[in-house]
Amino acid sequence: MNEPGRLAVLGAGHVGPVIARLAIKAGYPVAIATSGDPEDIALIAELLIPGARPRWAGEAVADADVVALAIPLARFLEIDPGLLSGKLVVDVMNYWPASAGVLTAFEDGGSSEIVARRLSGSTVVKALNHIGYHELEDLARPAGVPGRRAAGVAGDDPAAVATIAALLDRIGYDPVCLDSLVAGRALEPGGPVFGAVLPRPEFERAVRSDARSLA
Amino acid sequence: MTYTFGLDTFGDRNSDADGRPLSHAQTIRNVVDEGVFAERAGADFFGIGEHHTEYFPMPAGDVALAAIAARTERIRLGSAVTVLSSDDPVRVFQRYSTLNAISGGRAEVILGRGSSIESFPLFGYDLADYEELFEEKAALFAELLKGGPVTWSGKTRPSLLHQDVVPHTESGPFPAWIGVGGNPQSVIRAARLGFSLALAIIGGPPARFAAYSELFRRALEKFGRPPLPVLVHSPGHVAATDEQAKAEFWPRWRDIISLVAPERGFAIPTEESFDEETGPHGALYVGSPETVARKIATNLDVLGATRFDLKYGLPGLTHDQLMTNIELYGRQVIPRVRELLSDSLVR
Repeated sequence: MNEPGRLAVLGAGHVGPVIARLAIKAGYPVAIATSGDPEDIALIAELLIPGARPRWAGEAVADADVVALAIPLARFLEIDPGLLSGKLVVDVMNYWPASAGVLTAFEDGGSSEIVARRLSGSTVVKALNHIGYHELEDLARPAGVPGRRAAGVAGDDPAAVATIAALLDRIGYDPVCLDSLVAGRALEPGGPVFGAVLPRPEFERAVRSDARSLA
Repeated sequence: MTYTFGLDTFGDRNSDADGRPLSHAQTIRNVVDEGVFAERAGADFFGIGEHHTEYFPMPAGDVALAAIAARTERIRLGSAVTVLSSDDPVRVFQRYSTLNAISGGRAEVILGRGSSIESFPLFGYDLADYEELFEEKAALFAELLKGGPVTWSGKTRPSLLHQDVVPHTESGPFPAWIGVGGNPQSVIRAARLGFSLALAIIGGPPARFAAYSELFRRALEKFGRPPLPVLVHSPGHVAATDEQAKAEFWPRWRDIISLVAPERGFAIPTEESFDEETGPHGALYVGSPETVARKIATNLDVLGATRFDLKYGLPGLTHDQLMTNIELYGRQVIPRVRELLSDSLVR
């Protein structure tokens, strides 16, 4: 499956609307949802994400082929895993205690591995977490443009990684695939590519030379 | 259209001409002198942002603002920002209501998180609770501003029952803004609670925030509120020439951003990224009075904002450099921006 089809973005904070805009521009049908009433984000959708449909989270997820989780990790812990069961989930979240506080549940291991364990009925892929939300839109470029930047995608399911790699390519980045969520630790805060938006050769070098993916 | 222009500081620790850091105490006395001078130079507002660090030793800005109030007559004085989530809204209201009394009605507050997170562990708050803390406390602050007895209950502070909170203001609520960095739901919240909107734009193209101003206007309509102003807060430095301003600012900017980058997730600045940010489409207002004035006028117009607050200074700059910045901003930049906007020369 190389066409991810319909996207549901959960989260309308800093990051969710940016991902939604990029996806709409790339031609995906996009729904956006928070934990509350879609009416609360109707204006945000209308003015900031033209083309995105605000929906209740359950309905947005049910109709989606891919769900992007762009909420604070502390809020993730309140989500019923059943909501996302059977879905391909892109984990955009970061565990970043210096910025967002300590969460005991995320103190040991890569955050996406912990997310995947909680979402045992879903297929979890880590992507779009390591580029700041400002840069994410500013630095997106069509395929083939010189200097195009790379974006990492990590997961334990090769087909799911391929699907999200295709999505990254269509929204404006050269995908660099990492073959496990453990390897995806290289994309986390404090890692070699977090906040540094690099072209593919430099990105690959930085990730390969990083020891945390061997942990 | 009436435009107003402010200067903000975080109490950035000064150095002497040889690059040696001044004491925290001397830096704070210098901030008071800078606030007094800001009025003489022609600024409309002087703001102090709450910080608790070795390089921004400014946790009690309201005390410094009171000292400035005693030596000035016209300039408005306020926080930029107050970290409301780790403070008590009742105490914040009391401190700024007292400042309002001392200054004869010149107090304002900007509530937000700012770039400051060090107050959370200091006062025993969990950053993971940030959202709930801010939502509840901003709602309580909105109630306090109305004046009169307050009844309130929530999870983040003890309940209030018909509580009279003093000192009363003489002429209604003082201006209160919510500072927003890029979260559209924070824009909606400001409109819902009836706060004005302060856009903190510290990186990237300012024009992208135009949609936030529009979102704020539409949200105010939706909640049945009258129009409220939008202000833009951005860092910068004014000197005689573009070259001098950039030469003074760049090493300090590189050092402070590199220092906080791991915590904030900022990219380490390069000379290339600095040129971009100080250029016509970046977020930094660094240059000669004409360069800075043109950029301010353009962005106020693009963003539909009526106030611009320049966050001046950085740790390591000298008091003399800051006084020159203030003088050029007040005497040259502000009149030039007014001229550009009145003639619509920016379009």
